[in-house]
Amino acid sequence: MHGRLKVKTTEEQAEAKRLEREKKLHQYVTATKAIFEKRKLGQLDKEALELSNKVLGANPDFATLWNFRREIFLHLEKEESPEEMQGLCKAELTFLECCLRVNPKSYGTWHHRCWVMEHIPKPDWARELELCGKFLEIDERNFHCWDYRRFVVQRSQVVPQAELAFSDSLITRNFSNYSSWHYRSLLLPQLYPDPQHQGRITEEILLKELELVQNAFFTDPNDQSAWFYHRWLLGRGDLEPTIRCVYVNREHASLAVAFSRPVAVAPASHDLIVFGDESPLVVRWRTPDGKNKPGFMWLCDLPTSALNNHWPQHTFRVLWAEGQVQKECVLFKGHKDCWTQDSVTEEQVFRCELSIEKSTVLQSELESCKELQALEPENKWCLLAILLLMRALDPLVYEQETLSYFAALKAADPMRSSYLDDLRSKFLIENSILKMEYAEARVVDLSQKGLTTLCHLEHLLLVTHLNLSDNLLPSLPPTLAMLRCLEVLEADDNRVESLDGLPPLPCVEELSLRNNRIRRASDLQALAAFPTLAHLNLQGNPLCQIEGIQSELATLLPNVTTILT
Amino acid sequence: MADRLLSEFDVVVIGTGLPESIIAAACARSGQRVLHVDSRNYYGGNWASFSFSGLLSWIKENQEKADPCEENTAWQELILENEEGIPLNEGDQTIQNVEHFCYVSQDSTEDVEEAGALPRPSASTTSAFSTVSEETSAITEVESGCLPLDGETKSEETCPQSVTGSDPERTNDKEGTEVTSLEEKYCNSIMPDPSVSETGNNKSELITEAAAEPREITYPQIVKEGRRFNIDLISKLLYSRGLLIDLLIKSNVSRYAEFKNVTHILVFRDGKVEQVPCSRADIFNNKQLTMVEKRMLMRFLTFCLDFEQRHDEYQAQKDCKFSDYLKTQKLTPNLQHFILHSIAMVSEADCCTIDGLKATQKFLQCLGRYGNTPFLFPLYGQGEIPQCFCRMCAVFGGIYCLRHSIKCLVVDKELRRCKAIIDHFGQRINASYFVVEDSYLSEKICKNVSYRQISRAVLITDRSIQNESSDQQISILTVPPMEKGQPAVCLVELCSSAMTCMKNTYLVHLTCPSIQTAKEDLTHVVEQLFSVAETGEVGAREGEDEGEGQKPKVLWSVYFNMRDSSSVVRSSYDSLPSNVYVCSGPDSALGNDCAVKQAEAIFQEMFPNEEFCPPPPNPEDIIYDGDGTQPEDPGFSNPSEDKTENVSEKSLKEEPPEE
Repeated sequence: MHGRLKVKTTEEQAEAKRLEREKKLHQYVTATKAIFEKRKLGQLDKEALELSNKVLGANPDFATLWNFRREIFLHLEKEESPEEMQGLCKAELTFLECCLRVNPKSYGTWHHRCWVMEHIPKPDWARELELCGKFLEIDERNFHCWDYRRFVVQRSQVVPQAELAFSDSLITRNFSNYSSWHYRSLLLPQLYPDPQHQGRITEEILLKELELVQNAFFTDPNDQSAWFYHRWLLGRGDLEPTIRCVYVNREHASLAVAFSRPVAVAPASHDLIVFGDESPLVVRWRTPDGKNKPGFMWLCDLPTSALNNHWPQHTFRVLWAEGQVQKECVLFKGHKDCWTQDSVTEEQVFRCELSIEKSTVLQSELESCKELQALEPENKWCLLAILLLMRALDPLVYEQETLSYFAALKAADPMRSSYLDDLRSKFLIENSILKMEYAEARVVDLSQKGLTTLCHLEHLLLVTHLNLSDNLLPSLPPTLAMLRCLEVLEADDNRVESLDGLPPLPCVEELSLRNNRIRRASDLQALAAFPTLAHLNLQGNPLCQIEGIQSELATLLPNVTTILT
Repeated sequence: MADRLLSEFDVVVIGTGLPESIIAAACARSGQRVLHVDSRNYYGGNWASFSFSGLLSWIKENQEKADPCEENTAWQELILENEEGIPLNEGDQTIQNVEHFCYVSQDSTEDVEEAGALPRPSASTTSAFSTVSEETSAITEVESGCLPLDGETKSEETCPQSVTGSDPERTNDKEGTEVTSLEEKYCNSIMPDPSVSETGNNKSELITEAAAEPREITYPQIVKEGRRFNIDLISKLLYSRGLLIDLLIKSNVSRYAEFKNVTHILVFRDGKVEQVPCSRADIFNNKQLTMVEKRMLMRFLTFCLDFEQRHDEYQAQKDCKFSDYLKTQKLTPNLQHFILHSIAMVSEADCCTIDGLKATQKFLQCLGRYGNTPFLFPLYGQGEIPQCFCRMCAVFGGIYCLRHSIKCLVVDKELRRCKAIIDHFGQRINASYFVVEDSYLSEKICKNVSYRQISRAVLITDRSIQNESSDQQISILTVPPMEKGQPAVCLVELCSSAMTCMKNTYLVHLTCPSIQTAKEDLTHVVEQLFSVAETGEVGAREGEDEGEGQKPKVLWSVYFNMRDSSSVVRSSYDSLPSNVYVCSGPDSALGNDCAVKQAEAIFQEMFPNEEFCPPPPNPEDIIYDGDGTQPEDPGFSNPSEDKTENVSEKSLKEEPPEE
């Protein structure tokens, strides 16, 4: 027909394409061969650069070729003048830019760019920063570029203020951006550190940030990045570890140290030192559960020379981190043990110290979250934030309300119900510890709380009676060994199947495990090592049905005087 | 006119407005022989854009409305016995009530001429041009590049001027503006070369230069810089996901045009101009809304995006008024106002819920494709778009004649089909299909047709209606009606980097469906937003100005009414043969969907088995014959622009962030 364009048929097109591809492949293979030949011969010249240009242009992920280019550059550096090198490096940067445009997420290319920038005689960092800006404009979540940006920022000593402004601009454009929120969380503590070290940043800035993030989650409550940042804002500063408690037991000739954070201590550590009556003691450190990893609590046996029943008193002093942290306790004549402990309530272990101002902020924060929750009853992030805010404000006052939000959150986010159960357990245990301290007791009742896990046991070092009955515990964790004074342990009506892995508890006399799921006598093997266990109640466990179980248990646990089945 | 046109075509298209141009392009693309004519000496009909002097000529022409010249009935002799002639209109009857005003010093106007004006082409010898006053020839200055200026040059096979880069002056102007090409948002290299920083320097120089210039602008300056203006007769914007954008991309016509994103969506409320938060980022950054309002607005907008799936949430109120529906949606009055007037942009009085939701959805779907607002504006004015399609048509062999009036359609009495046209030279041109723009149809044919009218105003002002923002912005502002029953007025403000006005001025378009004359319909809006003062009054009013919060000053304005033939149904035209298809002039809506729909419908009616504007073939795949009849380089061989599929898109609903 008149005027109609004649167009190649699909077969013709396919054939033309195939030929083209073949040609390209041929070029690629020949160039690659030639490069390797040159490398073998040690010909580190500009021609080799030229050749690898072609191949890397097509495939920027060819790491060997980038290495070869670096070899060439290092070689040329010896021969050429700085001006010449500057020119070469500049050309290299332009070439790298082309490669990045082809593949902005190539590890090799970004790495090589770092290398070139380190070797160029006169680096132009401002331009690099601009380049990062452009790449992040296209993909604000390109972490390769973020990494490179951090490198550039560090090298060119960009002030954190400028970087904060950059993060502002990215968030303004699109607030669904973990990278920029995260960047803020690194920059703000540098710029505005909290003078009291309680929070992470000064309160004034905190208020601004809370407002900003509130804007984000009111606009889109399903966007997680803002919520994560919100959570970071509400968190507390990372404190250096301190010694929370020192406990000495004369009978066991042992000393226990509880830290505020897990620490690693070598068996013959020089970081953790004990003085007995002002002279250093040679001790070996271990964890209560025998595992060699950072832990909250470290134990040691005291040499017999350090304890003498006739002396009126012994003073034990524990030093950590070259004496920056230390604690002392005095064991008087006739006493079987002694301790010094920081108060959980006074030190606000489970929440931040709140100034009046911040407390009003959190209060209003809580109110606006509740407002949002009324609009978005299903939103899990909002529910979780409400929970965390209540914890930060006052864990005990909000206890009942917290529990009802937990129920709502579990309904809204069934996929994470186990996580939520554990979190709920954690909060409840914290509350119980607080209550125990307020009551100045050494008895903790954690029964009927629906606990699925046990945590914060390092705070229970001095507890003598622990009731865990009527919970959902699947086992008794090895961390129970941190309860160095525990005499009576009730764990009735749980889901315990076995006591495997439970280290010996030094003072336990009575253990009640009624209505659990223990099937065999061998599941109780761990109890054989308990030095003082006298009464064991196993009623209502499947093993009670086994014939001759009494005698089997008597053989297994010869030191236990009463075993009820 | 030495050479006569060929006398055999498949399709004759009369009028170069948007729908006609799209049809012409589609026909040529599918292999039809197309003749595309316009009796005017410019492209676009009522879709055209003019330089300042061009607009002045247009005003003069429409104000004079010279009586049709002596009836030239010579063509009647060419009608055969079994035929009937349907005469076509000579003059344009679609523009009325043209009034223009100048508010700046007019001294020494007489001596000033538009810079760079070409010598006027010698007056045409043909009688057909008697209605066109001599001055109008100045209009062609803008298009001087390679436009066929009727018979003086051999007009066949010349195509409309290339939109981009044909004029070095134009391209220079674009420095520092963000230009969107439809092909791929980021197709311009990321940081092409060190010259990037150089451009940056240039930019700042330009800015300081501009700041140094006195802001007072005089009429002679406007006339002198007249070529900087590209003033649209009809003010429209392109919806980022509208039919026109889709068509431009699909047909690859987009390569002939460049676009700028509309930067601000504004609303007029309680006497103040406010920015409308419409995208997710806008809502996040907005300082006026409360947190809860943010949530409510986002919630409603997210709902609108897929409202069809959430049937039960609107079903009960499906047929209620949208404004009443909004009241039931937990939205504050503030938000209702934004949604109704600036997002849905529908009438408070008579838009039903379902239409309101659809309009909102359309707006939202368009967000984020090319930027934070749903609209694009073509650089150099809306008048570029019909020309782009004409160019496409010419590339595929279409033949163009401007200033070519058609005297009549020749209809076969028995078959009731049109077989030919007779032009002003008395030449008879045969074809199978005829596409005619409504304004060419005579009163006789249109005696049963009732038209609507559009009220238009164009202002040249000295500063932006948004006082705090930076100066290179394109804004759209909806002014809700003062009284119930009146239409809302849509205002589009263009800056000089949109290539529509001279530096330090703004071009403001106001549009609404007419109730009365344009002046009566629009004056109250102009007076609310702008300071309208005669030159003499300026001194007297200076003290007042400060109190008024510095309204922009109107330097020059024109009002007119334009006929809106978009709602005319075919059956109301009297005794049209079935192979004559009628295209309407511009409608009053903001988008171009109406024109595209009409063009596609007409094309499909003519050629039911042909694809409508398919993508052109890859240049590598075109086989050129050895016999020398190969077409000139069709302009599809720019290697950097491969396919159009790479349009970078973002939407209100972001992908989930990486974990």
